[in-house]
Amino acid sequence: MTALALRGWLLAEVPKSKAQARCQRVFISWLAFKRNPVAVIGLLIITSLVLVALLAPWITASDALELDLSGRLQPPGSEHWLGTDELGRDILDRIIWGSRITLYIVGLVSIIVVPIGLLIGVMAGYIGGWVDTVLMRLTDIFLAFPRLILAMALVAALGPGLENAVLAIALTTWSPFARIARAEALTIRNSDFILAARMQGVSTAGILARHVAPLCMSSVIVRLTLDMAGIILTAAGLGFLGLGAQPPTPEWGAMISLGRQYLIDQWWVPTMPGIAILVVSLGFNLLGDGLRDVFDPKSGG
Amino acid sequence: MSNSSLLRVEDLHVTYHTPTGPVQAVKGVSFDLGREKLGIVGESGSGKSQTGRAILGLTAPGGEVRAKRLEFDGTDLLNADTRTMRRIRGGGISMIMQDPKYSLNPVMTVGKQIEEAFLVHSKDSKREARRRTLEMLRAVKIREPERVYKAYPHEVSGGMGQRIMIAMMMIPEPSIIIADEPTSALDVTVQLQVLAVLDDMISERGMGLIFISHDLNLIASFCDRILIMYGGQVMEECRAADLAQASHPYTRGLLDCLPRLDGTREELAVLRRDPAWLEARGESV
Amino acid sequence: MIDIRDLDVVFGHGKQAFHAVRQVSLAVEAGQSFGLVGESGSGKTTVLRALAGLLDRVATVSGVMTVADETLQEQRSKSFRRRVQMVFQDPYGSLHPRHTVDTIMSEPARVHRLDRIEERVVSALEEVGLDASFRFRYPHQISGGQRQRVSVARALITDPDIVLLDEPTSALDVSVQAEVLNLLMRLKREHGLTYVLVSHNLAVVAHMCETLSVMQNGEIVETMSVQQLREHSSTMPYTQQLLTASLGYDRAAIDAFEEFGQ
Repeated sequence: MTALALRGWLLAEVPKSKAQARCQRVFISWLAFKRNPVAVIGLLIITSLVLVALLAPWITASDALELDLSGRLQPPGSEHWLGTDELGRDILDRIIWGSRITLYIVGLVSIIVVPIGLLIGVMAGYIGGWVDTVLMRLTDIFLAFPRLILAMALVAALGPGLENAVLAIALTTWSPFARIARAEALTIRNSDFILAARMQGVSTAGILARHVAPLCMSSVIVRLTLDMAGIILTAAGLGFLGLGAQPPTPEWGAMISLGRQYLIDQWWVPTMPGIAILVVSLGFNLLGDGLRDVFDPKSGG
Repeated sequence: MSNSSLLRVEDLHVTYHTPTGPVQAVKGVSFDLGREKLGIVGESGSGKSQTGRAILGLTAPGGEVRAKRLEFDGTDLLNADTRTMRRIRGGGISMIMQDPKYSLNPVMTVGKQIEEAFLVHSKDSKREARRRTLEMLRAVKIREPERVYKAYPHEVSGGMGQRIMIAMMMIPEPSIIIADEPTSALDVTVQLQVLAVLDDMISERGMGLIFISHDLNLIASFCDRILIMYGGQVMEECRAADLAQASHPYTRGLLDCLPRLDGTREELAVLRRDPAWLEARGESV
Repeated sequence: MIDIRDLDVVFGHGKQAFHAVRQVSLAVEAGQSFGLVGESGSGKTTVLRALAGLLDRVATVSGVMTVADETLQEQRSKSFRRRVQMVFQDPYGSLHPRHTVDTIMSEPARVHRLDRIEERVVSALEEVGLDASFRFRYPHQISGGQRQRVSVARALITDPDIVLLDEPTSALDVSVQAEVLNLLMRLKREHGLTYVLVSHNLAVVAHMCETLSVMQNGEIVETMSVQQLREHSSTMPYTQQLLTASLGYDRAAIDAFEEFGQ
């Protein structure tokens, strides 16, 4: 299908199938999103992150694990664009490999947190009563823990490691999503279209899955992108404390941690990974803002 | 009815510039308003509300207002500066909107809001403002003005809320009131009671009223003259008493498609829209 | 067909209990159009929702309701949900904003495991005067009148016997209202439906129904035939006042209005 034909299909007056209708909606949302330059920058940053992670084996000079003690703590230059760290490893390469870990963390946390938060939130909001009370108290409990403390406690119990760090982060991140989903569900539950669904005899599970949850998705996704920065920083923090990824894994937080003693004289060692974290967090924030503007229900997004 | 016009509108246009092209909400509307009750009736999208807002300079951002003449009591409204407009809004021309739930400030007491409306247009003392406010609440037939004075908007009923709106909009003693669907959110008996209050005040003070609504029957029974709008233009203008003899097919269509208490239970006549009605009519009635 | 005896609906408990419907009884015969008229707060919509079984978690409902010889329990049966459908007031709120017209209309068919779903959807759309091109549009892409038609089409999918209409045209322009009312009349004739119509508009009720009950403050003030309504032969002052008010603005008549308060 040529580009022109595709565009025609996407902008057709009368969609001929559900799939076409869906694609059209996504396309129109994309056009709205594109109008916000800042949001597009955010998208570009994240897309770059993904590309860098995917292409890591081809764009790095080394696997960033080899030691080269004679070449340690080299400043940024022609051979090592971002310099080398305390064990002589190229920092740029380590950052590139580390992007995979960042994505891994972010992806895994999202997959755990969104379904759990949605499920608990819509159940609490729609069903109400004691179900709501119990689920919300459960949410409050998890909300009360400062992320890092709970993470530390979990890691102390389970042992340090990336997966345990991810689990710890997920456990402290899901609560706000449940709250958001619950708030949306509360707003929606007395809508006429929900009453209409009940009138048709749709089961509670059906209503939650097909009617309530889809309307909560936008808020949850926006919140997720805005929270990404926090997730990355927490992972970095755990790495910094030595509780996350273990050496020699090039996780950005761990890189800052191990490099902090060189901050004064060899500033590039902790600073470069720090900048990477900054840029990615910013990217997610901008993307999240852009998505929030697009997901206004009146634009049909 | 005096001969002098309070408001003169000639060839009013309101255009919105949207990403998909310009949208003409009002296309060449003209009318004069004296000390009378003028009704503007139309369906949604007819441009009736936009007309009301354009007069007061309240068109939403993105909208462009043009007219050959837009004059209130000799003052040109189109090119008036901010100071003049502020003086006119409330003091010369006032507006009552549909739902008091949204047009009254929920965090201020009723009394305070009305006083504020008064003090904006006069340099009197607070005590005088309070006295006038209570007087106004009595004038709109509110039985316990002291109690309502201290109440918050959410504590009063819809009908009372609209009467409070009327009090608030009348207190700066404007010459014209523009009422945009002022009773659509109310029950039918309350609607009529609120309109009676409005009617009395307008007659007593010799004011002009522009009553915007979708309810043809109500406008026909309440107003003196009627403008029927469709597609941003005036289709027909007639005296309320002569509505049954209206000649424009759109007006006839509207009249015929209404279910009537004394009607048969036959199929209602369906309005057939003629695209010719949308064509620009240039200078209208 | 429909029999309601001593219906009581209370929202909330204890001190904050609000008695929305008090001892309402009415009967609707098969093939009839029954009107429930009242102002806001009269309880007319609550009666309809109680009948529809939509109040189970928000109010205490007591009384006996029978539909087609089936006494209604707290949980409505599957067969009830197939034979009783409802059209809501707000065309903008009664269709799920993220579902296409096709999804919206297929849902009742799926829930009741009906066959030939696609055929039913297309034929229901045709019956309400919308062609198949509407199938995959979203609610925000169609007009208010068209949405109401979709609402009506959805109600027809399960081939119901009874359709409950909650102010079906109040939110529509007058010209669109006429089309929708005509549509409802035609469908009633063609499918032999029974209607219960709730409205604050006496003219609409007079046009659509044979019998009506006037409600005020949760109670039925009077039940009468539309003929009696037209002849102004009501004996109740509230009904008379409502009738007078429906005729338009009459300054003298308004002075005579009474407050029929709580």
